[in-house]
Amino acid sequence: MSRIRVVIAKPGLDGHDRGAKVIARALRDAGMEVIYTGLRQTPEQIVTAALQEDADVIGLSILSGAHMHICPRIVDLLREHEMGDVVVVVGGIIPDADVPKLNAIGITGVFQPGTPMQDIVEFIRGRVKPGVRPDVRGDTVAKVE
Amino acid sequence: MRLIVAWIYNSEMASLEPVYTRESLRGLDMARESPPPGRFPYTRGIYADGYRGKPWTMRQFAGFGTPRDTNRRYRALLQAGGTGLSVAFDLPTLMGRDPDHPLALGEVGKCGVSVVSLADMEALFDGIDLGAVSTSMTINSPAPMLLAMYLVVAERQGVPWTALRGTIQNDILKEFIAQKEFIYPPRPSMRLVTDIVAFCTESVPKWNTISVSGYHIREAGATASQELAFTLRDGIEYVQHAVDAGLEVDRFAPRISFFFNAHNDLLEEVAKYRAARRLWANVMRDRFGARDPKSWQLRFHAQTAGVSLTAQQPSNNVVRTAVQALAAVLGGAQSLHTNALDEALALPTEDAALLALRTQQILAHETGLTDVVDPLGGSYCIERLTTDLETEARRQFEVIDAMGGMVAAVEAGYPQREIAESAYRDQQAVESKARTIVGVNAFVASGHEPLETLHIDEAVEHEQRAALDRLRRERDDSRLELALQALKVAASGGENTMPRLLDAVRASATVGEMCDALRECWGEYTEVPII
Repeated sequence: MSRIRVVIAKPGLDGHDRGAKVIARALRDAGMEVIYTGLRQTPEQIVTAALQEDADVIGLSILSGAHMHICPRIVDLLREHEMGDVVVVVGGIIPDADVPKLNAIGITGVFQPGTPMQDIVEFIRGRVKPGVRPDVRGDTVAKVE
Repeated sequence: MRLIVAWIYNSEMASLEPVYTRESLRGLDMARESPPPGRFPYTRGIYADGYRGKPWTMRQFAGFGTPRDTNRRYRALLQAGGTGLSVAFDLPTLMGRDPDHPLALGEVGKCGVSVVSLADMEALFDGIDLGAVSTSMTINSPAPMLLAMYLVVAERQGVPWTALRGTIQNDILKEFIAQKEFIYPPRPSMRLVTDIVAFCTESVPKWNTISVSGYHIREAGATASQELAFTLRDGIEYVQHAVDAGLEVDRFAPRISFFFNAHNDLLEEVAKYRAARRLWANVMRDRFGARDPKSWQLRFHAQTAGVSLTAQQPSNNVVRTAVQALAAVLGGAQSLHTNALDEALALPTEDAALLALRTQQILAHETGLTDVVDPLGGSYCIERLTTDLETEARRQFEVIDAMGGMVAAVEAGYPQREIAESAYRDQQAVESKARTIVGVNAFVASGHEPLETLHIDEAVEHEQRAALDRLRRERDDSRLELALQALKVAASGGENTMPRLLDAVRASATVGEMCDALRECWGEYTEVPII
């Protein structure tokens, strides 16, 4: 059984990487393959990393308030690269008002401050089945090799 | 019987005694280690009369949107009885990028105020007499550029530099260690730090040239003893670099100040501040041969722990902040910032920021705390914890000295790895409920407490870009070019960069342009992430 592959990325200019690193390690301890991109990645770099790493999931950590600029761009780029089946989740300081907006562009995993790591692990496990990926609209499609 | 308390409040004190007695201090020479306040090694405070002589400065960190937006907040804070200013810059400014840079997209004015050029710095302090306030600026990699702007604003207000009081954070080591807002590689970055120290020692003598910061190290996940050890070891590194650059220790050391976190574990925090004073006094006297008592005396600012604030039941944050502020005051802080209740969600609203200031005012004026210096001094528990933290810090100094100093340790990823480890263990303690967070993993309430938060208008980004376009059209390009060329020559050689930066600022250079000039000389730093 192949392991779930996750790219954890820190877009934007912010350097507060405590959350990104803690979740990267938690997902790794939960048996996933985790690639952490490091700081200050552009949406293009993040999508390229996901493509190269054949990622099932992209996890974004955003604390600066720039999420409504960054997240739609990443979703668009994934569609352009026909990677719409990659699950995108975002964690950080996301105001309640932005959660439905992020859901509407296909980001259903929005994790606000105080979320237990276990909830994130379970969310990802629920969305990504070995060899099968859901698309961003939530429909389950076969993983294209 | 020992009370085993694993990971209380991100503390690594795996065990505390249920009670401390005279026995707990056996072998310690208290008369030497903790003499009355005002005496070496200043464990109990640097002033004999504590807050009776000088109350702490209530300095609330603030900045958002355009310089005009923040200027209004500063005037409101000063009107409400705030006694110092503290500038929070936005991420593009902190990273030396102009608002039209692709990486600045969506970040302009969000986490702080956007300051692009001299005109912005003038607007930020419009109507505020720089000769009458003390100003702290939280800026690190572009510290020399923003300090140069402040100095030119003073020049234009007719305030002599010798009258300026304030602090520039200028602590690049903790950026590499914790907050990660670095631009250049560690070694040229250290040279910029020393340039500020040398320049201010000559020309801005009342300015605090480095605020050696444990705050961000703690926020990144460090324990209290890691915060103490890494911060003081950073301080040692800066002093060593300045001495190596030919500066005389007693001329610059009195202007180095510190900045610590005020976290939840009240007793441990008080002990931490006391240990910091004792350690610094000994280090400065014995390691560097400083002779001026002012070089021995550790002065510090404290800020309550942002990381302890919860998005759930945000009103609870008022109580957390009050207790943390109490620790800072019992520990003898020279200045204090109290966080607002809404800061786990957004930058504070004006009402929330005002309540945070009121919290300090209540502590200062209603509790009687300011009447007695170091009131916990002599407590078996506090003295024991003080000595334990000091001992652990000395052990860390030895480890880092053996690695060749803090720059070498940072390059090897040592403090980064230690902190990541602590952060992960802390999160595990929260998940397993070994550590309780009210409203998060215990005493959870259903539903949301409604809270109005500050929203930064997207128009800020457009406004700052439009102003930048105008500036680029209107300024004298040839004067600017000459100034930036001279800056590059200074940076490539050994000349102090500050005078060249002052010229560039006067020629309306932007923060991004000045930082780019140095990027051409030194390149940019990319860290190897350690999980």
